Amino acid sequence: MIYREAGQFKTSYAADQQLFPIRQDRIGVILLLVVAFLIVPAVAGEYWFSAILIPFLIFSLAALGLNILTGYAGQLSLGSAAFMAVGAYAAYNFQLRIEGIPILVSFACAGLTAAGVGILFGLPSLWIKGFYLAVATLAAQFFIVWCLTKFPWFSNYSSSGVISAQKVVILGHEFASPREKYLLVLTLVAVMALAAKNMVRSSTGRAWMAVRDMDVAAEVIGIRLMPTKLLAFAVSSFYCGVAGALYAFCYLGSVEPDGFSLDMSFRILFMIIIGGAGSILGSFLGAAFILLLPIFLDIALPRMAGLLGLPFSNATVSHIQILLFGTLIMFFLIVEPHGLARLWQIGKEKLRLWPFPH
Amino acid sequence: MSKKIGDVILDLQNISLRFGGVKALTDISFDVREHEIRAIIGPNGAGKSSMLNVINGVYQPQEGVIIFRGQERKKMEPHHAATQGIARTFQNIALFKGMSVLDNIMTGRITRMKASFVEHALWLGRARREELEHRKKVEEVIDFLEIQHIRRTPVGRLPYGLQKRVELGRALAAEPSMLLLDEPMAGMNVEEKQDMCRFILDVNDQFGTTIVLIEHDMGVVMDISDRVVVLDYGKKIGDGLPDDVKNNPDVITAYLGVSH
Ligand SMILES: Nc1ncnc2c1ncn2[C@@H]1O[C@H](COP(=O)(O)OP(=O)(O)O)[C@@H](O)[C@H]1O
Ligand SMILES: [Mg+2]
Repeated sequence: MIYREAGQFKTSYAADQQLFPIRQDRIGVILLLVVAFLIVPAVAGEYWFSAILIPFLIFSLAALGLNILTGYAGQLSLGSAAFMAVGAYAAYNFQLRIEGIPILVSFACAGLTAAGVGILFGLPSLWIKGFYLAVATLAAQFFIVWCLTKFPWFSNYSSSGVISAQKVVILGHEFASPREKYLLVLTLVAVMALAAKNMVRSSTGRAWMAVRDMDVAAEVIGIRLMPTKLLAFAVSSFYCGVAGALYAFCYLGSVEPDGFSLDMSFRILFMIIIGGAGSILGSFLGAAFILLLPIFLDIALPRMAGLLGLPFSNATVSHIQILLFGTLIMFFLIVEPHGLARLWQIGKEKLRLWPFPH
Repeated sequence: MSKKIGDVILDLQNISLRFGGVKALTDISFDVREHEIRAIIGPNGAGKSSMLNVINGVYQPQEGVIIFRGQERKKMEPHHAATQGIARTFQNIALFKGMSVLDNIMTGRITRMKASFVEHALWLGRARREELEHRKKVEEVIDFLEIQHIRRTPVGRLPYGLQKRVELGRALAAEPSMLLLDEPMAGMNVEEKQDMCRFILDVNDQFGTTIVLIEHDMGVVMDISDRVVVLDYGKKIGDGLPDDVKNNPDVITAYLGVSH
C-alpha cells in the first residue's frame, strides 16, 4: 500500500500530463537526483567515478540516443559508436581550431556535427527498412572510422589517429578530478534525458512512434515520413555525438578511431534491448546492466570457483560472460522485448495493487 | 432525405489503377456531395479499398483526375489529403500498437500541432499549451465514443471491436470534413455493429462530416447511406439511391455470382 495513486485524483489535464504523474515517482526521481548530485560525490572514491559512474552515464546517454532512433522511431542502427567518434573528433577539432571557444559550445557543436552526419547516413531509411537499413548503418560504422583513420587532418596529424582531449575548463574553472568530471557529465546527461523525455511525450515523439508502428497510417494522418525519420536520425546522432565528446574529454582522455568499433555499437544496441526499447529509463538500466555485469562477474566468478575448488582461468571467466550475455539477450528478445524497464513497470503495477492480488 | 446535402466536393473522373497486370480499377467516375453518406459496395477484390486509397493518396492512379473542393489533381498526396481534412480508417486495423489509446487519438491531431521539436525538448510555452489544448479536444472524442475507461490502455491489448472504435477516434480527432471508412463493422457482433452505426450517423449529423463508407452488410448500407456506388472487378456497375441500386439487375447478378 506504499506505492499507489489512490487519493491522487487529477483535476486538470495539466496535472495528468506532468512529467511524473504519480507522486511516489516524483519523490523517487527527486531522491535519485539528490543521491546522484549530493551524496555520491561526498562518499564515492576515485575508482567509482572513473571506472564505473562516468562510463555508466556516458553509455546511458549513447543508449538514450540509440533508443530515440531505434526504440522510438523504429529505425535500426548499428552505427552508434561511429556517431560517438564523430562527436569526439568534432569536439577535439572545435577546441583545437577555434581560439577560445567554450568547451560546452564545442560539445554542442560536436553534437550538431554528429547530427549532420546522422542525417546523411539516415537518408537510406527513406527507401529501405529493417535489416537492409541496419546494413546501411553498418556501412556508416566502417566508413566513419575509416575516414578518421585515413585523413590525418581529423586528428591533427597525430600518429595512428590518436587524439588527446584538451582540458575541460568552464568559466575559468578546470574540471580535472574524476569527481568534478562526474558532476559535469551527470549534469549534461540529466538535462539531455529530461529533454528526451519531453520530446517523446509530445507530438515529436508520437510522430516517431507512429512511423515505427505503422508508417502508412502515419502518412495518412499527415505525418511526413522523410522529415520525421531524418529528425530521429539527427536527434539520435546528436545524443551519441555528445556522448562521444564526453567519452573522450571526461572519461578516457585520449581516444583513437578504432576504439569506436562495431563491437561498441553492438554493446549500445544490447543496452537498449536489455534495458528496454522505447524507454528513457530503459537506456539507463541497460547501460548499468551491460557495464556492471562484467565487473560483477570478474569479482564473483573466481570466488565461486575458489569455493568449489574449480580451476578458473581469466579466459574461462570471459567465456562465461559471453555465454551469459548471449543467453540474456535471447531471453529479452524472445520473452520480454521491452526489457528491464518493462519488468520494472510490471513490478510497480503489482506494488500498486499489493497486498491484494487484483 | 431531409438532410441538407450540399454540392459535390469530391469528383473522381475516369480513374484507372493497375498493379502490374492487375487492373484494380478501370475507368471509374463518381462524385461525393457534402454532408452525405456515400457507400461503396461490391464483392471481395472489387477494388473498393483501392478506391479509398486513391482518394487519400496512398495509391496513385495511372489515369483520371481527382477534383477535391474545386482543386483538380492527377493524384493526391497522403499528407495533402490529411491537411485538407480527409481522414480515414483501414480495413485491417492500422493503429499504432505500441501506444496507448490516448496517444493514438492525440496523434490524429498532429497536423494541427505547430510546436517544433526544440520547443518540445525544452517544454516551452507553446509546446505545453498545445498539448493541453489538444488533449481537451481528444477527451471530447473519447467521451463521444464512450471509451473513457480504456484511455491509458495500450491499443494492442484491446479486443477487436474496441480497436476499431479507437481507430475511428483517431480519425475523428483530426476534425475531418471527409471521413473514409473501410469496412468499419467487419468482424463485429450485432451489438458492436449497432454502436458503430450510431457513431457514424452521429458524426454525420452532429459535425456534418461527409462520409465515404465501404460496407458488406447490405442491411446497414441500405439503412444509413444516401447514395451507393457498386464496383465489380474494378468496374462501376451501379450508382444511385440505395433502392435503385438494390433493384439493378447487374448488381443482383454480381452479388449472386450468376454469369451473363
Ligand atoms: N498494393 C497492391 N498490390 C497489388 N495488387 C493490389 C494491391 N492492392 C490491391 N490490389 C489488387 O487490386 C484488386 C482490388 O483490391 P481491393 O481494392 O483491396 O478490393 P476490395 O477492397 O474491394 O476487396 C485485387 O485484385 C487486389 O489483389
Ligand atoms: Mg477491401
